Amino acid sequence: MTTAPPADRVTLDRRVPPFGGFNLTYLRIELLRKLRNRRTLIFTIIFPIALYVIIGVPQVDTPLTATPIAQGGPSVAAYIMVSMAMYGAMMSATQTGAAVGVERAQGWSRQLRLTPLNPLVNVIIKMIAGLLLGLFAVLATFAAGALSGVQLSAVQWIGTGLSGWILAGAVFTALGLMVGYLVPGENAAQITSLAIVLLAFIGGLFYPVSTMPDFMQSIAAFTPVYGISQIARAPLTGDTLDLLWVVNAVGWLALFVAGTVWAFRRDTQRV
Amino acid sequence: MDTFTPSREDAVAVAATGLAKSFGGVRAVDGIDLHIRQGEIVAFLGPNGAGKTSTIDMLLGLTSPDAGTVQVFGESPRAAISHGLVSAVLQTGGLLKDITVRETLDLTASLFADTRPVAEVLQRAGITEIADRRVGVCSGGQQQRLRFAMALLSDPGLLILDEPTTGMDVEGRRSFWNAIRADAARGRTVLFATHYLEEADEYADRIVLMARGRIVADGTTTKIKNLVSGRIVHATLPGADPVAIAALPGVDDVEAKGDRIAVHTRDSDAVARFLLTQTAAHDIEIAAQNLESVFLALTSTSASASEGALS
Repeated sequence: MTTAPPADRVTLDRRVPPFGGFNLTYLRIELLRKLRNRRTLIFTIIFPIALYVIIGVPQVDTPLTATPIAQGGPSVAAYIMVSMAMYGAMMSATQTGAAVGVERAQGWSRQLRLTPLNPLVNVIIKMIAGLLLGLFAVLATFAAGALSGVQLSAVQWIGTGLSGWILAGAVFTALGLMVGYLVPGENAAQITSLAIVLLAFIGGLFYPVSTMPDFMQSIAAFTPVYGISQIARAPLTGDTLDLLWVVNAVGWLALFVAGTVWAFRRDTQRV
Repeated sequence: MDTFTPSREDAVAVAATGLAKSFGGVRAVDGIDLHIRQGEIVAFLGPNGAGKTSTIDMLLGLTSPDAGTVQVFGESPRAAISHGLVSAVLQTGGLLKDITVRETLDLTASLFADTRPVAEVLQRAGITEIADRRVGVCSGGQQQRLRFAMALLSDPGLLILDEPTTGMDVEGRRSFWNAIRADAARGRTVLFATHYLEEADEYADRIVLMARGRIVADGTTTKIKNLVSGRIVHATLPGADPVAIAALPGVDDVEAKGDRIAVHTRDSDAVARFLLTQTAAHDIEIAAQNLESVFLALTSTSASASEGALS
């Protein structure tokens, strides 16, 4: 045996961090980055609220269904409010993938390869941060709705909010990640933002699908926004779940997740 | 916490055997062996494109070798990184521009099981004053110091630095190397790539010369420096007598190629005087020996000859 080393000698006995490096400090900083980014805040929080105020608020007294608002029926404003809340959640969710694309192009992903952090855990942390900001967007839009006179039952508030947030978050996180891994750099963010605006229009987020021309209605039913938004708004209208909505939502989610897994594998092989 | 395991301590920091890597048709790394003992400071010296960065990428597990094996403290590179045993400052390592210097270190520290305090590495890297500055507005040298601070966080057994002082000013360079030397005293192994002989000479115990994907010389700093010191006297001298010239004071080596001779010497005046006064030599040129010429000499001769030159 050699003599004992000095107290501050570099030790070679090390532990590996648990959970692949998952931790709340990283999550906190990820959230802070989003809240500091003016563009992110404008597109995920302010833009949906503004659209709600412009399109929704004038229709606070317009009934959505045959049930008059005085008798507890929902207003068109409530429909727009839920739609806009989902729009914010979608925007926030897709930015996860865009951020992955940008950070890969900037070499940050490579820097992280010099730490114990598991690449999958890195994506999961970003996903959670994106979902949390999405929740913030939903709550902010709902607050605007409540302030402007939208009245819903507790079940309707929670039902539309939770399902809208989770469904938009899941499908569009997957879409964003797929694009983020396929398209390098800043372009990913532009492409997904444009895609969402387009899909939101066609999929009936800005006005009810039932008011569209027939051929547009047929197209709308196949877009990824349609299924999830119809499901999320079901508590408003009291409609029972249509199997087609569920097929649409699950189908798009499966497609985007499969695409993400494929692109992620291809990406990590390259480092 | 501070447990001491003799077996680990005796282990070599880096054990690479037969490493090879090609990109397209180019053999970036052409079968190298590299063994570094715990606590050594090794300069990885070579011109741009010599294969230094590709070798470092393989030591860090960022690239997998086409052939050969590499172990860091007896583990795969990835396992060594997961244990916080090895860290690196790379030329291409990116930073997040929208967070502060301190947040970058908080984030990096959160990814390891054991780290030094953030305040300590800030101070060691000389960036305490700019801790609350956004990374995006930091200068290139400050960003390079931040990368260094990040590499210090895990208190690694092996620190790998690729052209570490690029973009640093003189003061930055000095405090950087002071920190490195203080660490080496604590048993940290350091491998740094550079193309400055002065930097290698001043701070390394050992220099590994790399050129065209191969290690062309490997020895103590003194040995490598001797290769580079002195001058070369070229002359045209038909029927030269190499033995007589080699016997001149200060002459290390005499090469003859046809009528042209090249004399490696520490006393070029004596050689020139001899050639001009005692022989029919003409077209005499005297050139300073430099790293480039050593690289050229070592790569144009066979590997075994260059090893012979060192022994």
